[in-house]
Amino acid sequence: MYKYNDFDEGFVRSRVAQFRGQVERRIDGSLTEDEFKPLRLMNGLYLQLHAYMLRVAVPYGTLNSGQMRQLAYIADKWDKGYGHFTTRQNIQYNWPKLADVPDMLSALADVEMHAIQTSGNTIRNVTADHFAGAAADEIEDPRAIAELLRQWSTDHPEFQFLPRKFKIAVTGATEDRAVTKAHDIGLRMVRNDAGEPGFEVIVGGGLGRTPMVGKVLREFLPKADLLPYCEAIVSVYNLLGRRDNKYKARIKITVHENGLEKIQALVEERFASIRETFSGHDQALLKDIEAAFAPPAYVEKSTDGYEAARLANPAFRSWTDTNLSAHKADGYAIVSISIKKHGATPGDATSDQMRVMADLAEKYGHNELRISHEQNVILPHVHKSDLAAVYAALREADLATANIGLVSDIIACPGMDYCALATARSIPIAQEIATRFDELKIEHDIGQLKIKISGCINACGHHHVGHIGILGLDRAGVENYQITLGGDGTQTTSIGERAGPGFSADEIVPAIERLVTGYLDLRTNADETFLQTYRRLGMAPFKAILYPAEDKANAA
Amino acid sequence: MSRAFTPKVVTANALLEGDAVWLTEDNRWSRDIREAELITDEAHGDLRLLEAQARADEIAGAYLADAKAGENGPEPTHFRETFRTRGPSNYAHGKQVELSDV
Ligand code: HEM
Ligand code: SF4
Repeated sequence: MYKYNDFDEGFVRSRVAQFRGQVERRIDGSLTEDEFKPLRLMNGLYLQLHAYMLRVAVPYGTLNSGQMRQLAYIADKWDKGYGHFTTRQNIQYNWPKLADVPDMLSALADVEMHAIQTSGNTIRNVTADHFAGAAADEIEDPRAIAELLRQWSTDHPEFQFLPRKFKIAVTGATEDRAVTKAHDIGLRMVRNDAGEPGFEVIVGGGLGRTPMVGKVLREFLPKADLLPYCEAIVSVYNLLGRRDNKYKARIKITVHENGLEKIQALVEERFASIRETFSGHDQALLKDIEAAFAPPAYVEKSTDGYEAARLANPAFRSWTDTNLSAHKADGYAIVSISIKKHGATPGDATSDQMRVMADLAEKYGHNELRISHEQNVILPHVHKSDLAAVYAALREADLATANIGLVSDIIACPGMDYCALATARSIPIAQEIATRFDELKIEHDIGQLKIKISGCINACGHHHVGHIGILGLDRAGVENYQITLGGDGTQTTSIGERAGPGFSADEIVPAIERLVTGYLDLRTNADETFLQTYRRLGMAPFKAILYPAEDKANAA
Repeated sequence: MSRAFTPKVVTANALLEGDAVWLTEDNRWSRDIREAELITDEAHGDLRLLEAQARADEIAGAYLADAKAGENGPEPTHFRETFRTRGPSNYAHGKQVELSDV
């Protein structure tokens, strides 16, 4: 893993000290809220419905055990004993007190973490494939690139006041687990004809009010050109992006209004003029960073015990079927720990659970953890012979739910239970859906199905790219839930289509149940996923299931 | 003719804790909406909001929220404001704990 150098350490420490002074001045009244707000947002501090909220970056989702333990310590000491992992590989604390936040930031700095640029119109936490460094389908570990991007973007003087926030995602694998096409810049590592690694550069994707699938700006960008090219993109956006209308300020609109060709031409022109100012220092830096991400020292051991345990214990077998993914090293597996126990709040982990995961990573996982954009925690390198022990420990901590990728593995934003921008609640709906399908005992028959819920049109819960998306709205002072179908956040990205009128809070869970059980009748066989069935049949049969009365009325 | 004015309360987030507070008639910030001043006159509401906003070392983000007269004092009329009086629905955190023993 990357280790802070003296510069990083000094930078983060001085930001904490600076913010401490700002908080003191806010409390003694010498700063007004209008003056203080931009300063607190620069340090990840929001004011939500019931309390402040501190958003901490987990750069490219990577943590070690010590860092995870520190997150647990912070949750215990200054919050209510838990934290919320988000789709942007951050952790959010929902109950800090203003005066404690500098101490929290200082505790983060002790383990080389911070909350800088987790808010504001800057380049936000760079996200990456949560299986980075471990996935069997990976060309190269994308984290070195993500770290380089982080160092370049953090406090970049030109990019502190962009027209709007800016999000970059990186993947080094063929399968897209980083939702690259729904980011301002998506970077997909590919090889050119000569077999050299480089990037397909995607631009202008995004969710929110106007969801858009990103467009390919460059089919192949040599690795060495990455920083100057990204700098060129952000500079062009900084100049052209609309500052007159917040809702039209994201780069997706800039690309849409100016056309891809014009953006392409401007980026290439800017790139040509700044390319040589990146004299190679960035490449020397990248070499150092890459060395820091060297693979762990894998061991060779027999996996016979693992196979035997699978045969002997059906619950363990079921968990291995859903929660493991293929690893690049022989004998190893990637473990996804579900933070979605049926009926629990998606993404919330208690401090005790964080410590259990930290211990497991230390004991069995080469001291590495990842946060996934699907709000789960990953142990990227576990030898198969240790899986039975890992499973047993997870079970004890209520972390062994075998539901990764299934109907109860729901992404849900905080919604109106926490978020000041929300128009309806998300969490209770997610809880009820998961509980309902658990009672029906059909979750494993249903197979891969992604339900994603947001409490407003900002789409933090990724509902547009959910196979089933749910959007909470306020209809005349009552919570109302709109369903979209057919969204997809992988390499075959698509934006879901609205099914029809929304449902009340009482109707939404039965509607989802009808939809999913209806799909079971529509699929050709058990291998055809919900998304495949939807793509084969289109909206009509699902609409008929969702709105049966209306269907009859139309037929009459 | 002036349009109908729906009754309001002045509400904000407390500066130190961040939780919801309401302005009382005697100019305190209460954690309990039932102690709030129910404002029935538009001009008075505007004035009270300005006065509230000036108290920057106590609160942040003051605004007028719809409310109605209840048995024990003002009650919210919109579900968002109802949530602010009690806290989140996934845990017994926030005001629902703090006020349960009042
Ligand atoms: C509770 C505090 C939060 C606030 C105030 C907030 C605010 C926002 C806003 C204003 C947008 C729209 C931006 C735009 O399109 O210009 C947005 C989008 C988004 N947020 Fe949040 N959010 C919060 C929590 C979260 C959480 C918990 C997650 C993850 C679970 C998240 C992930 C995202 C994502 C992925 C987008 C998507 C869209 C995009 O960039 O295209 N946010 N958020
Ligand atoms: S989608 Fe809306 S309600 Fe949900 S976290 Fe984002 S801004 Fe808040």
